Amino acid sequence: MNPFDYVRPTTIEEAVAAASEPGAAYLAGGTNLLDLMKGGAMQPTRLVDITHLPALNAIERDSEGGARIGALVKNADLAHDDKFAHDFPAVAEALLAGASPQLRNAATVGGNLLQRTRCAYFYDPASACNKRLPGAGCDARGGLNANHAVLGWSDACIATHPSDFCVALAALDAVVEVAGRDGIREAALTDFHQLPGDTPHEETVLAPGELIVGVRLSAEAAAFAWHSRYLKVRERTSYAFALVSAAAALKIDDDGIITDARIALGSVAAKPWRTPAAEAGLIGARAGIEAFAAAGRVALAGAAPSGDNAYKIQLGQNVVARVLARAAAGTPRELPALPGAPFATAAGELAHV
Amino acid sequence: MPLSIQITINREPRVIDLDDPRVTLLDLLRERLELTGTKKGCDRGQCGACTVLVNGRRVNACLTLAASLEGASVETIEGVADGAHLHPVQQAFIDHDGFQCGYCTPGQIMSAIGLLREACVHGDAERVREQMSGNLCRCGAYAGIVEAVLDAERVTAGQAQRGAA
Repeated sequence: MNPFDYVRPTTIEEAVAAASEPGAAYLAGGTNLLDLMKGGAMQPTRLVDITHLPALNAIERDSEGGARIGALVKNADLAHDDKFAHDFPAVAEALLAGASPQLRNAATVGGNLLQRTRCAYFYDPASACNKRLPGAGCDARGGLNANHAVLGWSDACIATHPSDFCVALAALDAVVEVAGRDGIREAALTDFHQLPGDTPHEETVLAPGELIVGVRLSAEAAAFAWHSRYLKVRERTSYAFALVSAAAALKIDDDGIITDARIALGSVAAKPWRTPAAEAGLIGARAGIEAFAAAGRVALAGAAPSGDNAYKIQLGQNVVARVLARAAAGTPRELPALPGAPFATAAGELAHV
Repeated sequence: MPLSIQITINREPRVIDLDDPRVTLLDLLRERLELTGTKKGCDRGQCGACTVLVNGRRVNACLTLAASLEGASVETIEGVADGAHLHPVQQAFIDHDGFQCGYCTPGQIMSAIGLLREACVHGDAERVREQMSGNLCRCGAYAGIVEAVLDAERVTAGQAQRGAA
């Protein structure tokens, strides 16, 4: 790790001022930042420790059923909050499908949104990476890129955003609250992360020093609670980043007709990937495998391989269809032993869509 | 800039002067407090050998900056036995051959203690495997580890019942 100054502000205003200096980085759970610093991929000259800031640790509920999650709430605390998990089950399932129990106990809501790609060339200071060093080039383009993006990528960068949590948040139209020098502003989660274009180092809409203070989910999002799931395909059963993941939330009437739908994909692009066309195509359709398979095809319609990853397009279609089938079957009363995993199929569930 | 933190380690309050903010909890324990029971495996949050409890919850000590732990309570493998009387999880690992070389074992045991406090196993081996996924064992003692955790859950549940009676 490079040497750095350590500061521990006591107010949000102090934190924003301290982090507005060039070279500063916020420290919350540290699970990604310290890893990146040990490898030399990030070399902040000042760490602004926000873990002792007051009032960012609460899960608040409003009278309509919406939720406001403080930026320092731990992933495990949110996933295991019974009322939150009841109302936003796909979010809880996504959280529990991510990382390890140790990491979920440390990692925070705000930090999850701001975690960096797991592209190996970004992590390796000896490799060319436009995200780490603008203009350096991209060794992933001709390298080991089977896990890289199939949507929204550019010649400059083919990295993916690795979050599970953000995928469920994107599907449910979460709003991010950001504190800056001019007070609090908001951004839709779906607008929060940016596609790489020619500036892959600009990953979010945050200006220097801006601090995520909370994430909100509306009562409308809670209205999907009866049919909400998260599905994550990875190279081992647990404790791995997704190859492709998806969150789905449905409303289905008494006749089996879909009246509303939300779908987002993970690990296919530099941001969680909402699929408005696939959602629109489901409304009015009968809940069933034909409609779900069609939605999968529409969701990946614009996809193109960026390397040895054409398989992700078919996999993405299958994952969308499968997570829709799971959502239609109903949110389980209790999450399965392996949250988000494609194994342990329920009776009657199609294992191969 | 010298940095001083107040921290409780294995129930003992300490004031620790850090000469460098880069010190992780793992390096603080091993290199400065001579608590070498907590092991350094990957040092990158992937193997779980450094698992300790911070404020009662299992975390990777290698990814925790010591400077941020002002006011925290830390439990390590050195603090779990009651004198010569082993913690039920320690005893269960011995009873079920939950290790071979032993290097990952302190982390496995601290992770299992944290898991049992989270109370989400319900006697289900699949849940144990999932919930212990942050602890790698290169000897492959997983079968014994799962048996040990399930046994420790039964034992601690029995103790809790007797305590309540």
